[in-house]
Amino acid sequence: MYRLELKKSILPPGSYYFSGNDAIVEGAIAAGCNYYGGYPITPSTEIMERIAVRFLETGGVFVQVEDELGAIASVIGASWAGAKAMTATSGPGFSLMQESIGYAAMTETPIVLVNVQRAGPSTGQATRVGSGDIMQAKWGSHGDYQVIAFCPWSVQEAYDQIIMAFNSAEKYRVPVFLLTEEAIGHLRETIQVKENIEVFSRRKKTGAPPFGTEEDDGVPPMPTFGEGERLLITGSTHDEYGLRQVSDPLVQAKLTSRLSNKILNKREQIVDYETYHTEDADLLVVSYGFTARSSLYAMEQLRRENKKVGMLRLKTIWPFADRIVKELGTKARKIFVPEMNRGQVAGEIMKYARCDVISYPQTNGEVIDPSTILKEMRRLL
Amino acid sequence: MTRDLGKYLRNVPTAFCPGCGHGILLGLILRAIDELELDFNNMVFVSGIGCGGWIPSPNFNADTLHTPHGRAIAYATGVKLFNPKLKVMVISGDGDLLDIGGNHLLHAAQRNLDVTVICANNMVYGQTGGQVCSTTPKDALTQTTTRGNPHRPLNICAVLAAAGASYVARYPVTQPFKLINSIKKALQTCGFSFIEALSTCPTQFGRRNRLDTPSLMLQFLKEKCIPIEKSLNLSTEALQEKIVTGEFTDGRD
Repeated sequence: MYRLELKKSILPPGSYYFSGNDAIVEGAIAAGCNYYGGYPITPSTEIMERIAVRFLETGGVFVQVEDELGAIASVIGASWAGAKAMTATSGPGFSLMQESIGYAAMTETPIVLVNVQRAGPSTGQATRVGSGDIMQAKWGSHGDYQVIAFCPWSVQEAYDQIIMAFNSAEKYRVPVFLLTEEAIGHLRETIQVKENIEVFSRRKKTGAPPFGTEEDDGVPPMPTFGEGERLLITGSTHDEYGLRQVSDPLVQAKLTSRLSNKILNKREQIVDYETYHTEDADLLVVSYGFTARSSLYAMEQLRRENKKVGMLRLKTIWPFADRIVKELGTKARKIFVPEMNRGQVAGEIMKYARCDVISYPQTNGEVIDPSTILKEMRRLL
Repeated sequence: MTRDLGKYLRNVPTAFCPGCGHGILLGLILRAIDELELDFNNMVFVSGIGCGGWIPSPNFNADTLHTPHGRAIAYATGVKLFNPKLKVMVISGDGDLLDIGGNHLLHAAQRNLDVTVICANNMVYGQTGGQVCSTTPKDALTQTTTRGNPHRPLNICAVLAAAGASYVARYPVTQPFKLINSIKKALQTCGFSFIEALSTCPTQFGRRNRLDTPSLMLQFLKEKCIPIEKSLNLSTEALQEKIVTGEFTDGRD
């Protein structure tokens, strides 16, 4: 469905001491990112600042525009002009971008959006951490659509996942998010850069319909402006050639179901997680992002005390890891979900787990302390 | 002068009402492109939501990008910056470009982005049923100004000239040859070029303002418009009744 290339890393292979935001830039460039449209917002701004300098060396196109509406719009335009394009923002900017996220989903435009989450709602606490945009990432724009969202717990994973984000965007022709947090964006760690990186590029097929395939859940090939394809691209309901069909119920039903199915039916390939001691765990902590670092500490401490605890760490948030949660949710007695929001993923877990699900919401603009998770888990044992 | 413009068009039914000025404008844009012998396969037409957005999409048989409401210029920015070899033209309505998309318009002019923008100004929100717009004449009746529009229309050409656009002009569809020449000039301009093309909407604007036939609406435009040169001698009060046409800046950047 797509072209696979092995690309030499732009950075010489080796160890680097990077912040999460730095690593995201280097990963994006390694994945082939050559367009960035952005607008400054704390705590994501360092991504744009580094891109502005690094693109001078790599030949990418960088523009700082008038607002976040314009940033994501220019990214979608560049994608149709042939770019691997991205933007980065935080909560308030993510809210403004929702309009064009829906457009990218509807027009099947590969784009990558990094959301370095901060404490909301509204302007909230700009320099403080949060994970309050989990549900917004899934449901933020109107209508039914699916996206892919990664959620890194380390600087290394931020680097690895931004590459995966570009590859998934190209493979599935869908907007892909890196839902990270202020605490990861500003965390500095040593990461390893490999020599060769697997990179996917969009498939092209001259004359093929750009918005339809034979399969109900297929991903059509994607042409580019200037190739003589005479593209009709619209956010209105359209047939396989892009011609607007704004009152035909069959076209609307076919398009919306394919837009969802092309992601949902590939869940097994997209969903990513890791498990610790789940074989015999009575109490399971489900965690993601920065919080999973604290959860790991608490879980390991309890294991040393021979307590039957385990952990499921979600590396992707959307599409949701329903199968593993269903499976572990029948084995474990209780599931504990500490989050830097009011229980957004806990609610999702309740949809699939049969056991008790206990949410630990913390929205004070601080990361959740390992001792807090340890204390709460002890109470549940 | 007749010529075959069929090669530029897809065979799709028109979305325009009888008497709509946008059909005239559509023809004039294609004539300008034809006279310049531009490669249609190398052009990208970006439009937003509203009647004006339907001029290029789906009618033009070239690459078209029909974007969310107000964002046409922002989308065009990405297209042009990533592939500067493409000739990028934004064609959309007054509500789309000036109201909801005003910030993108202003900043594209300030950055002098190398695209040509044609604003099909019918002085009203046509597609949603005839509500007031920033271009609606003072005292005009619309669905949302039933006692007359209390505001003066926005002089966007003056704004964009001040913002630093390379080429800014305003002509009505009642002056087709001037409009064709202006579009040709805009397309040959390096930097941001903007044309406010005054169009007619008998369906949503005219019928509430005693201009409910196509000819009355065209007559209205003819009477309202005066060239810049003649406007210089008019008093401020007299000018308020008029729409000044011509080139507002031709400052090759």
